[in-house]
Amino acid sequence: MRSDLPLFPAQASTTAPHVDLLFLVVVALSIFFASLVVVLLLGFAVKYRRRAGDKPPAPIEGNHALEIAWMVIPLILAMGVFVWGAEVYFRLSRPPDDTLNVNVVGKRWMWKLQHPSGRREINELHVPVGTPVRLNMTSEDVIHSFFVPAFRIKADVLPGRYTTLWFEATRTGRYHLFCAEYCGTQHSGMTGWVEVMEPNAFQAWLSGAGSEVSMAAAGERRFNDLGCATCHSGTSGARGPNLDKLYGSEVKLEGGKTATADEAYLRESILFPAARVTAGYQPVMPTFRGLVNEEGILELIEYLKARAAAQETAPTGTPAVPTPPVPSAKKATVGSLP
Amino acid sequence: MSERRPGTNYLNVSYGIRSWLFTVDHKRIALLYLGSVTLMFLLGTVFAGLVRLELLTPAGDLFSADSYNKIFTMHGIVMVFFFLIPGIPAVLGNFLIPMMVGARDLAFPRLNLLSWYLYTIGALFTLFNIVIGGVDTGWTFYTPYSSAWTTTNIVPVALGIFITGFSSILTGLNFIVTIHTMRAPGLTWFRLPLFVWAHYAMSIVVILGTPVIAITIVLLALERVFKLGFFDPALGGDPVLFQHFFWFYSHPAVYIMILPAMGVISEIIACFSRKRVFGYSFVAASSLAIALLGFLVWGHHMFVSGQSVFAGLVFSVLSFMVAIPSAVKVFNWTATLYKGSISFDTPMLYVFGFLGLFTIGGLTGLMLACLGIDVHVHDTYFIVAHFHYIMVGGTVMAYLGGLHFWWPKITGRMYPEWWGRLSALIVFVGFNLTFLPQFIVGYLGMPRRYHAYPDEFQVFNVMSSAGASILGVGYLIPLFYFAWSMRYGKKAPDNPFQATGLEWTTPSPPPTENFPVTPVVTEEAYAYEKMPIPAGGARAV
Ligand code: HEM
Ligand SMILES: [Cu+2]
Repeated sequence: MRSDLPLFPAQASTTAPHVDLLFLVVVALSIFFASLVVVLLLGFAVKYRRRAGDKPPAPIEGNHALEIAWMVIPLILAMGVFVWGAEVYFRLSRPPDDTLNVNVVGKRWMWKLQHPSGRREINELHVPVGTPVRLNMTSEDVIHSFFVPAFRIKADVLPGRYTTLWFEATRTGRYHLFCAEYCGTQHSGMTGWVEVMEPNAFQAWLSGAGSEVSMAAAGERRFNDLGCATCHSGTSGARGPNLDKLYGSEVKLEGGKTATADEAYLRESILFPAARVTAGYQPVMPTFRGLVNEEGILELIEYLKARAAAQETAPTGTPAVPTPPVPSAKKATVGSLP
Repeated sequence: MSERRPGTNYLNVSYGIRSWLFTVDHKRIALLYLGSVTLMFLLGTVFAGLVRLELLTPAGDLFSADSYNKIFTMHGIVMVFFFLIPGIPAVLGNFLIPMMVGARDLAFPRLNLLSWYLYTIGALFTLFNIVIGGVDTGWTFYTPYSSAWTTTNIVPVALGIFITGFSSILTGLNFIVTIHTMRAPGLTWFRLPLFVWAHYAMSIVVILGTPVIAITIVLLALERVFKLGFFDPALGGDPVLFQHFFWFYSHPAVYIMILPAMGVISEIIACFSRKRVFGYSFVAASSLAIALLGFLVWGHHMFVSGQSVFAGLVFSVLSFMVAIPSAVKVFNWTATLYKGSISFDTPMLYVFGFLGLFTIGGLTGLMLACLGIDVHVHDTYFIVAHFHYIMVGGTVMAYLGGLHFWWPKITGRMYPEWWGRLSALIVFVGFNLTFLPQFIVGYLGMPRRYHAYPDEFQVFNVMSSAGASILGVGYLIPLFYFAWSMRYGKKAPDNPFQATGLEWTTPSPPPTENFPVTPVVTEEAYAYEKMPIPAGGARAV
């Protein structure tokens, strides 16, 4: 058994101090009220303990003023805590504009992570200190939950949906990564480490393995291999819409509705093409279910993001050349925030 | 019925197994429930012990991961569906409600017997599942794991819970009709004991909530067997939808467990401090408020499930509000002691234990309602500690307190007071040693449902396992002396504690028809100022 006794988790993200302060204040308030109740209980128990020859005590019906007071005062305090808690929650839910993005796929029973540069890891996440990192997460099977106690962050990782998390690490070191949603036999084995590095060391690590192609480039290859380009050729008579500026744009749908082309929309269009059909096109696109896995879809999305980003920097219809690595400048509205 | 021989009571009017299995007497049915619920509690405790034994060391070395997952799942299922939810209502409620309202029986005696059979059949299905290999989803059955991935016996267990749900519904229905229609002359709504109010509120929750879990279970079984896509995104379903359905019932279910417990506490605290419950109408109203608000807060179990920020805000603020009526009760009970004449008999010791533990459980509940904090502690041991403080610290303490309080009425015998106090003390100490460390290890980040865990969490787990063994002893002692007292305990007078309430005006144990003549009520509940004080509580008898 270890001899040191940790009583408080490491504080290693910009969020952690906010959560801890809130927690400690609520703990202090709770201790105050719990002590109040206990002191009154024990005080009354001692003071009014039964003595030989006690007469039946005089009845007390109640006291409305007192009772209303002890409803209203806790209510006011509770509302204060609610507002503060909500503020911290907003912080957790709103990533800053410029983030380093990492894609995460949960799978029984491992975490598969991929950086835009193409570097993949399993059950390890390398990040630079002092840089906001955004995780774009999905699951290949059941619900998992990405939990890094030292950062005070957690979000469920759902099959068929994207959820996000963000953090900015403040201290280098190795921190536990857990799966917090029960996911079957090896649930407790679905753990790993987040390795927070100095930025230089991180850059060195990122370019270390060498042979990888960026996610966007891998996505482009898949795009061609899967035959997407035959319909989405970008020419005017093509059977599918031009995808150059798609990511992040408003898409007009058959039936008059519109949709924002975020990650969730792109994923759906690949797997369930008939669900939302772009105005002016026939629902002829085949589904790619079974032909491309979650990681492949993330690469395709990365490729489409890169195309849109290239369009922004080069407005004169130059063919899309993905420029990796691409910290997506545009703030995406992801299906649902944690 | 009319020609009662002197000395006949509900226990000795007839003998033989058939006279019990076909009885329609609510008191006998309560004892049938006492037997089955006790068995299930023991079983659940054995599973808890195995869980704690495994967690003594960080390496998952005692059981395989699969066995461990099945063990904590069975612990949860047995405890929640077969002990906590039926416990107090089926045993104490069944026994007491007709007597407390001055009736001969519940409104539908045969339905009451049917509810015990449904409970038993449901329990057998669930136990059968253990024999054929168990189930490993946790008692929450989250999809799509439960609907598409696990290979264990979801359907038999789901069926067991489904059937048992009907037993709850029938009991709730029976209580509501009884309380509405069978009150003795003079027993107005605002003269009802708070125990009855609490069961009334609980019955409303049962009737509104249980059908939802029943339907949810049916959907789960349909998806599993016929691959209909409700919850599995691979079949076009929504992975989180199940959680909404599940918690829409299972959060209110917490109030199904705790409201009756609160009713017990009100009765005991008044009797052993010789006082009216302070602010009777506030306490009664807060039961209804808890029951109704309780339906609006299910989403606080899902703050990190990908639900929208807006939904998170709404569920959070409502959760803070539902805490207020609970706080009101704690304050009112505390104020009841003021200027009382307090004795420390076993039931009262359990009440003190309840108040301490429930307060901690409630306050940590506020932390979970607080969005910023919940994100970190969700699905960690902090949650495990919190819900044990509420459910075990609340419901089980009240159940044990109530069992001691009404034991003389139920059996006609006294329990041994010294042993009673000892067990109350051991339970309290063991409980805190078991679950306080879990708050710390939870905030440190140890996730729940882990079969193996990092080394640095071990100290707290060892403390917790040590506490569990003490707690286990505390639970076993009453089992022995209750069994002993049924034969050898001192004969109980009709009203050993000089308590108010109609159930104490009839012989111990009561005759089959409860009251020799229909009682007429002329005063409020808790008119303790008119009762003599038993010298030294129950010790005198
Ligand atoms: C000797 C006393 C007890 C001990 C040591 C104990 C221990 C535990 C532990 C360690 C867990 C966590 C399993 C996990 O999440 O990995 C657990 C879960 C649970 N316990 Fe207990 N427990 C005890 C008594 C009770 C009682 C009396 C009840 C209810 C009456 C109860 C209800 C539950 C429930 C509902 C769960 C959740 C199961 C799940 O996660 O699926 N426990 N218990
Ligand atoms: Cu997992």
